[in-house]
Amino acid sequence: MQSLFQQNLSLTFRLVVISVLCLVLMTIDHRNDALKGFRSTLGSYLVYPMQYIVSLPSRFLEWSGNSMAAHQSIMEENARLYDENLQLKAQQLKLLSLQQENSRLRELLRASSQVGEDILIAEVVRVDQDYYKQQIVINKGKVHHVYPGQPVIDAKGVLGQVVEVYQYTADVLLISDPSHALPVQNNRNGVRTISQGKGNPNELDLLHIPNNTDLKPGDLLISSGLGGRFPPNYPVAVIAEVVIQPGLPFAKVTATPTAELDRSREVLLVWPNQQPEYHE
Amino acid sequence: MNNRLRIFWVIHFSLLVGLMLMIFPLPDWAEPFRPDWVSLILIYWCMALPFHAGLGTGLALGLLLDVAMGTLLGQHALGLTLLTFIILKNHQRFRIYPPIQQSIIVMFVLLAKQLLFLWIYGITNRAPASLFIYFMPSFISMILWPWVAAIMRDIHYRFLPAFR
Repeated sequence: MQSLFQQNLSLTFRLVVISVLCLVLMTIDHRNDALKGFRSTLGSYLVYPMQYIVSLPSRFLEWSGNSMAAHQSIMEENARLYDENLQLKAQQLKLLSLQQENSRLRELLRASSQVGEDILIAEVVRVDQDYYKQQIVINKGKVHHVYPGQPVIDAKGVLGQVVEVYQYTADVLLISDPSHALPVQNNRNGVRTISQGKGNPNELDLLHIPNNTDLKPGDLLISSGLGGRFPPNYPVAVIAEVVIQPGLPFAKVTATPTAELDRSREVLLVWPNQQPEYHE
Repeated sequence: MNNRLRIFWVIHFSLLVGLMLMIFPLPDWAEPFRPDWVSLILIYWCMALPFHAGLGTGLALGLLLDVAMGTLLGQHALGLTLLTFIILKNHQRFRIYPPIQQSIIVMFVLLAKQLLFLWIYGITNRAPASLFIYFMPSFISMILWPWVAAIMRDIHYRFLPAFR
């Protein structure tokens, strides 16, 4: 048996060593990407199985809910989806011709613009992460060619971007996170600005807006594509409030994201800058 | 040797279960009230078997928790190591306290951990909106401690009868 004194001395010494190690790890993780590999290995082989097991109950509930739903309601949903599909197809027809016309006109103007993106549907794994980080986990990862920095959208607008890729899952940083900024543009008049998260899924801040800028509540903000990361022309947010403060150089403008940041179950991963493919 | 292996598996399996409880999905309103399961289980093992659960356990578990929660790599590791250290230093004293007094000790240790996290959140620009809600898990954990300790003691005595 060791003596008590020796045990305590080594305990304090080990605490100091481990604390310094943790501080160094945190600093490296905060400042650069050197630890990405370590994190993604740990995430893929140790944490993913646990996340999978933890998400089983909610998957089971969903599955049983689906399989026990009444025949009637499924028929109704089917009919509704059929109608919706027909409408979307008709719109798609118009869109295709518009797209071709657009590219023809752009050719005439000798301006090149690539349109059309590859899209993959991913599901939000119901796993809770840190409550103070606006981040979600999706069930597509390295094996599905997801890459860090990839834009993620839902049916209503821009959701965020991939920050961490594991083997079968990926972490998505939402546009409402304080560390996320997104170049946007007013759809009405093309005024460009930057939206930043506030840590609240229903609110975004618009940065550095001069007091005389033409922005009104209700204006739609779309991604401008200037950051080079998000494809242009996806809806991002609707302006909620414009407060002009005469004493300050910038107006205080807040916006509400159009995407359902805290409710989406299915999200879309986008591979921008692909040549459009026309399916017959 | 066989016994050591047995202890290792029981301790680490229970800690993994705690980790799963930490990432188990809860409705949004219940999210701030989630008790700090991993810390509670770790505190129990540090008090009950101080020579088998140590700083290394806290470090490894903390790193896993950091990856699972998406926090800075080392944040939970530092917090859990500090927590382990405080308990290990005083385990002989804490063990003989009545459950209520233990609960209060647990609350203070968890508050210290959360205070450390608050500091890290502040540096990385992620300060929480309401401090009362932020510190809620510590209070919930304090209330739950007597029951968690009783359940853990059951598991301990059943699977490791030779190490009471």
